[in-house]
Amino acid sequence: MAHSAVGVIFSNIHDDNLPELSRHRTMASVPFGGRYRLIDFTLSNIVNSGITTVGIVTKNNYQSLIDHLGSGKDWDLARKDGGIILLPPYSNETDAPYTTRLEALMGITGFLNRRNEDYVVITDCDGIARVDLQEILRFHEEKQADITMVYHEETEAAQSSYYITLQPDETGRIKGLKINPKLKKEKYNLYVNIMVMSREFLINTIQDAVTRGLSSFGRDILAKNVDTLRIFGYKFNGYYATISSLQNYYSHSMELLSREVRDELFGARDVYTKIRDSAPSKYAAGAVVKNALVSDGCVIEGTVENSILFRGVKVEKGSVVKNSIIMQDTVIGANVDLDCVITDKNVVIRDGRHLAGCEALPYFVGKGRML
Amino acid sequence: MLRKKECVAMLLAGGQGSRLYALTNNIAKPAVAFGAKYRIIDFPLSNCVNSGIDTVGVLTQYEPLELNEYIGNGQPWDLDRAFGGVHILSPYQAKKKQSWFEGTANAIYQNMSFMKKYNPDYILILSGDHIYKMNYAEMLRAHKATGADCTIAAIEVPLKEASRFGILNTREDGSIYEFEEKPKQPKSNLASMGIYIFTAEKLFKYLEEDDANPSSSKDFGKDVLPAMLNAGEKMFSYRFRGYWKDVGTISSLWESNMDLLGEDPAFDVGDSDWKIHSRNPLAPPEHIGDGAQVSNSMVALGCEVDGTVIHSVLASNVVVEEGAVVEDSVIMAGTVVKKGAKVRYSIIDENVVVEEGAVVGEPKEAGNGIAVLGRNITVAGTVAGGKIIDKDYKGE
Repeated sequence: MAHSAVGVIFSNIHDDNLPELSRHRTMASVPFGGRYRLIDFTLSNIVNSGITTVGIVTKNNYQSLIDHLGSGKDWDLARKDGGIILLPPYSNETDAPYTTRLEALMGITGFLNRRNEDYVVITDCDGIARVDLQEILRFHEEKQADITMVYHEETEAAQSSYYITLQPDETGRIKGLKINPKLKKEKYNLYVNIMVMSREFLINTIQDAVTRGLSSFGRDILAKNVDTLRIFGYKFNGYYATISSLQNYYSHSMELLSREVRDELFGARDVYTKIRDSAPSKYAAGAVVKNALVSDGCVIEGTVENSILFRGVKVEKGSVVKNSIIMQDTVIGANVDLDCVITDKNVVIRDGRHLAGCEALPYFVGKGRML
Repeated sequence: MLRKKECVAMLLAGGQGSRLYALTNNIAKPAVAFGAKYRIIDFPLSNCVNSGIDTVGVLTQYEPLELNEYIGNGQPWDLDRAFGGVHILSPYQAKKKQSWFEGTANAIYQNMSFMKKYNPDYILILSGDHIYKMNYAEMLRAHKATGADCTIAAIEVPLKEASRFGILNTREDGSIYEFEEKPKQPKSNLASMGIYIFTAEKLFKYLEEDDANPSSSKDFGKDVLPAMLNAGEKMFSYRFRGYWKDVGTISSLWESNMDLLGEDPAFDVGDSDWKIHSRNPLAPPEHIGDGAQVSNSMVALGCEVDGTVIHSVLASNVVVEEGAVVEDSVIMAGTVVKKGAKVRYSIIDENVVVEEGAVVGEPKEAGNGIAVLGRNITVAGTVAGGKIIDKDYKGE
C-alpha cells in the first residue's frame, strides 16, 4: 500500500544560482532537455510515486510558472481533492515576503493543516533525476526517522551558493551535517534538497520555530539537532544532476545526448510536461543532423551537431549549430555559425552571424534578443 | 432562456476502411495514424474546434474501442465542455428495437435525440476519413447567405477520377440541380466532399421520411440528398479550394503522408493559425545519432535514429538502428527497424519489429506497389513490394 503524502515544491529557492535563466522566471520554469521545464522532472517523480497533492511555493516572477502549470492536467494533477495548489507568499503590509525556507514553510502552515496525508515530501526543483519517492517513504518509516534527507555522492565541487553535505553512519543515521563546507577533490555526500517527514512533525517543528523566533531550516533545525533528532540519509544511487550554475546547466544538458542518461530519465517512466500541440519536426533534404536531441515543431535545413533543440526552433540553410542549446522558437537564419551557445526563448539570429563560447563559459543569448 | 448550440457536428466514424487492409484489422479508419503524430480523426475534430463548433457527436460502429479511448473526454481538442463537447455515439438497444447503424443517414437518424438536446439551427455532417483543413464557419456563413436547406462542400477533382465520387451538377449561382452518386459518365468534375450542412428542421424531416421508406438504403448520397432535391429543396454547393485527400486506400494514405514533406509541402500541419490538435505522445525529444542520416523527413518525439531515413514519416518512439535504411516509407509509433534492415516504399503499422537484415518492400520505381505490415508483428527475411503482412513473418 502506498504511503499517503503531500508534496511541497520550492519553485524559487535557488534562483540566484542561475541568474541568466531565472531573471524572468522561477528556477522551476527554467527550460531543460528540449521540451521540459526543471519542475517537470520533480512533478513527474511526485505523480509517478502516487502523490496527487502538491503545494508549489512561489515567491516572485512566477507568471511563467503559472502559465506552464495551467490547471495541472498535463501532469494528471487537475484533481477535485488536491492536485496542484499554488502557494504564493503570504504577507501583509507590515511583513515582507519570506526570505528563508523556514519562513516560507511558516507561510504555508494553513495548507499543511488542511491536508490529511501522513507525510510531506519537501523538494526543490533544481534536480534532474528519476526518484521513486515511495521508496524513500518506506525507508523513512522503516528507520523510524524524524527527517529523511536524500543525498547523492558527488566528486565535482559544488557550485551552488548554498549546499549541505551529510555524514551518515552505517545505519544511515546522519552524524554530521555541514552547511557550505570547503570541499577538496574527494567524494562527498551532497544533500539533493529532497526531504521527507511526517506532516505532524513538520507542523510541530514550524510552530516551535515560530515561538522561538528561528529563521533557518538548515542551520537552526537540521544542523543544531543532528544529535537529538533522528535524521537519516537516503542514498540515491541513480543519475542525479543538480543545476546550480550556467556551466553545469550546460554540461548536464549535454549529458542527455548519452543514451544511458536518457534511458534512465525517460525509459521506465513518463516525464510529463505542458502540451503545446506542435507538429512533428521536419528535416529538409539538405539537413545534416548528428548526435542531437530535437523536440517537436522544429524545421532543420542546415547542420546540427551535438546540440539540443527545443520546440519550434528553425535552423535555416547553410547554418551550422554545434555544441549548443537552442531554446523554444529560436530562429537561426541562413549561414549562421554557432558553437557552445545557449539561446533563451524566442531569440532571432540573423543571417551570417558567428557566435562561439566554450564549454566552461557557454555564450548566452537572453530571451527575445535579436542578433 | 433555452440553452442551445447554433450548430452541432455529427462525425461519421463507423466505417471499416476495408481498403486499408491490415491497417484497419482492429481499428476504425478514423483512428488510423497519420503524419507522425496524428490520427485521421484529428483533422475534422480540429477543424470543428478551430471553426468554433464545440459540440460534436462521433458515430462509431466498427472496432470502436481504440477510437473511443483516443477521443476520451475530448480534452486534447478542448472538447471537454460543460455543455456540448465531444460525445461518442454507438449503436444502442432501444425499447422498441435494436439495430446497428444501417447507413450514414440511419446512423444520424438513430441519434436524433442527441442533436435535439442542443436545440440546433444547423447540423454539420462530417466523415472521419479525410485529411484537410477547412473553416466550417465560412461554409455555415455561405449556407445562411444562400438561404439553402442543404449545403454540400465540393472540390474539383480530375475528370477521369470523377466517377469515384458523388458528383454535383450546379447552376452558375452554385445551386445544385442534379446529384449523381459515382456516375459512369460524369457531367462535371465537382465532387462532394461528404461534408454537409443542413438546416436542422429539414434534416430531421427528411431523416424521418427516409426511415419510413422501406426501399431506402438509408444513405445520404444515395437516398436523402436525392429525395431533398426531388422535393425541390434549396441545395447549394460550397466550393473548397484547399488540400483535401480521401485516405481510404493504401496508396492515398501513403501519398497524403508524403504530401507533408518538402520545403513547400502540399499540406502543412505546422501552420500555427490552424493548429491540428491531437492526443500527444509522452516522449522525450527524438535523438538523431552520430552515424545517422535524416533528410526530407518528418520525425516525431521519442524516436531514436542511428540509421538512414530518407523521404519518410516516422511516428513517435520509432527506432532505426545502425545501418538500417528507411526510404519512401511511413512508420507508425513504436516500430523498431533493426540493424541493417531495409525498408522501402512501405507502410508499417505500430509496434512492429523488423528484424536485423530484413528487407521490406521494393523501391518505388520497381512498380510493385507499397508493402504493408500490420501492427504488433515481427518480420524477418524479405517482404516483396505490394505485399500485405498481418502476422509474424519469417520470409519465404
